[in-house]
Amino acid sequence: MIASGLRFGGVAALLALGIVFPLVFTNPAVTSDAIYTLIFVAAASAWNTFSGYSGYISLGHAVFFGSGAYLTGIATLDWGLTGSQVFLLLPLAGLVGAIIAVPFGLIALRVRRHTFVVITIAIFFIFQLMAYNLQSLTGGTSGLLAPTVNFAAATYNNPFYYAALVIAVAAVAVSWLIRRSRFGLQLRAIRDDEDRARGLGVRTMRVKLGAFVISAVPVAMVGGLSWYFTGLIDPSSGFDPLFDVAVALMAFLGGLGTVAGPVLGALIIEPAQQYFQGQVSAGYLFLMLYGALFLVVILVLPRGVIPTAAEQIGKWRDKRREGDGGLAGHRLAAAGAAPDRAKELA
Amino acid sequence: MTMTEAATAPSASPAPLLRTESVSKAFGGVQALSGASIEVGRGTIAGLIGPNGSGKTTLFNIITGYARADSGQVYLDGRRITNLPPERVFSLGIGRTFQLTRIFPTMTVFENMLIAGQHKERSWNPLARAGGAASRRHAMELLDFVGIARHAGALAQTLSYGQRKLLELAYVLVADPEIVLLDEPAGGVNPSLINTIAGKIRELNAAGKTFLIVEHNMDFVMGLCDRVMVLDYGSVIAAGPPAQVRADPRVLDAYLGTGEDDDAQDGDRGAGHEGA
Repeated sequence: MIASGLRFGGVAALLALGIVFPLVFTNPAVTSDAIYTLIFVAAASAWNTFSGYSGYISLGHAVFFGSGAYLTGIATLDWGLTGSQVFLLLPLAGLVGAIIAVPFGLIALRVRRHTFVVITIAIFFIFQLMAYNLQSLTGGTSGLLAPTVNFAAATYNNPFYYAALVIAVAAVAVSWLIRRSRFGLQLRAIRDDEDRARGLGVRTMRVKLGAFVISAVPVAMVGGLSWYFTGLIDPSSGFDPLFDVAVALMAFLGGLGTVAGPVLGALIIEPAQQYFQGQVSAGYLFLMLYGALFLVVILVLPRGVIPTAAEQIGKWRDKRREGDGGLAGHRLAAAGAAPDRAKELA
Repeated sequence: MTMTEAATAPSASPAPLLRTESVSKAFGGVQALSGASIEVGRGTIAGLIGPNGSGKTTLFNIITGYARADSGQVYLDGRRITNLPPERVFSLGIGRTFQLTRIFPTMTVFENMLIAGQHKERSWNPLARAGGAASRRHAMELLDFVGIARHAGALAQTLSYGQRKLLELAYVLVADPEIVLLDEPAGGVNPSLINTIAGKIRELNAAGKTFLIVEHNMDFVMGLCDRVMVLDYGSVIAAGPPAQVRADPRVLDAYLGTGEDDDAQDGDRGAGHEGA
């Protein structure tokens, strides 16, 4: 009970911090970093909702990011939208991401593990090639420029910031709802043993595809937002192979398959990357840092920060409870109390 | 020894609950099954025995949708279920366990129980919690029934091998299948647990549950089953009450072949080979 109270308090505090952040830190360089961080909080949470829960590691989510960006760009320029109107396109971008995810998923989800990863990469490159070559639609290598935005200079970043915050909070909320739902249970069963899950009546294709489609939506939305905020999209930034590497690294660092893990990972990695990109004129150093960080995570924290920390806290709590003179066999609690613990673990 | 020779239940007539009809299956050049026909009567405990490689597990896989039959049919309660996918077969009422016990290791024991129950929950809302109060209580009762309720909150990977077997049995029962297929329920577990498992099966059978059991432990099979079918080289060579099958010369021949030690007569041969 105390744990859930603490958790609720922590979430509320984080949310409050998110809301007041741009009012406290008004430096546009800082809020700009914060916007990209929120974009990655959303993307990593959404990615984890599929890949973390189901165990199918996708390296093709940049397809949704790029498609959302191009959809938003093309629609904005064609319809001559300006200012805040563009934000109204973001749900449409999410819808387009979901629509693209259906055939994508139907193809890629027929295979598992390594083959699945390779197929997602292949489909990703098909989309990148299309962006390069469908010049009348995408502008080819020169890309699509966003129109100049006439927000007040002092608070220019704020609309972008709050749009990113809304998408990020929604993505985390969906991740949390799925984690505790029957749907999430089915996904985790697929991760543990897909064939066994089928033998217990789990319609695996439907479940996997559903998660894939849901995870595409926030990614496509932040893609659109990213285009509008950055002001430009071209095939190499829209369909960026590093996007999936970054998102996967965030989830791995924080804790694959947990709700908080990808959030924590994004909050650590994205500001760090922004900082290094600002510091080092040749922005390629962060690529080496990515590689090094990936190695360190896999070697030292293969399960990520959150699960490892949770385990340590659990051990510490158990030890303290025993120290308090509680029954040494408290783990073998009465049957009625056991589901509570199951809930706590979930 | 708790086994009795009291196997007297009627054989599989008139309308068997589960029936296979001339099921054949080849893996490359190896004919795993050739025209295997079995019948399991409602409310009975049927045993399926045979030497290693005789096609028992392959037949299980075909019945439950994990492998496709090259030819032949499978019927459940008169309904053709040949080559349906595993999730369909399960929802139609066939639950199974695996020879190498398969649980969901990174989920809690209780969550393992909820997975098997979810297919009945016809909620339009995908974000609904798994399991209503009734199904949660039912899951707890079943865990209690097999004796691992106190581990409900533990991760399934922390269970011992025997406990995993019990968990697998329990979560198959969650969905209340018409018939339960057990693939070597006594394989690799200690004698007292074997007796426990046999007792649970009897108890469930007394309450009306039908079983089909693949097992190498002959005492287990002979003591438990109403009817035993013997597979050899992919076809059924004998079927009948345990005492009759045990005395059948074709069965002895299939099991002992030529040049086998006499002390394998009780069928411990298979258990010795596969128990590891």
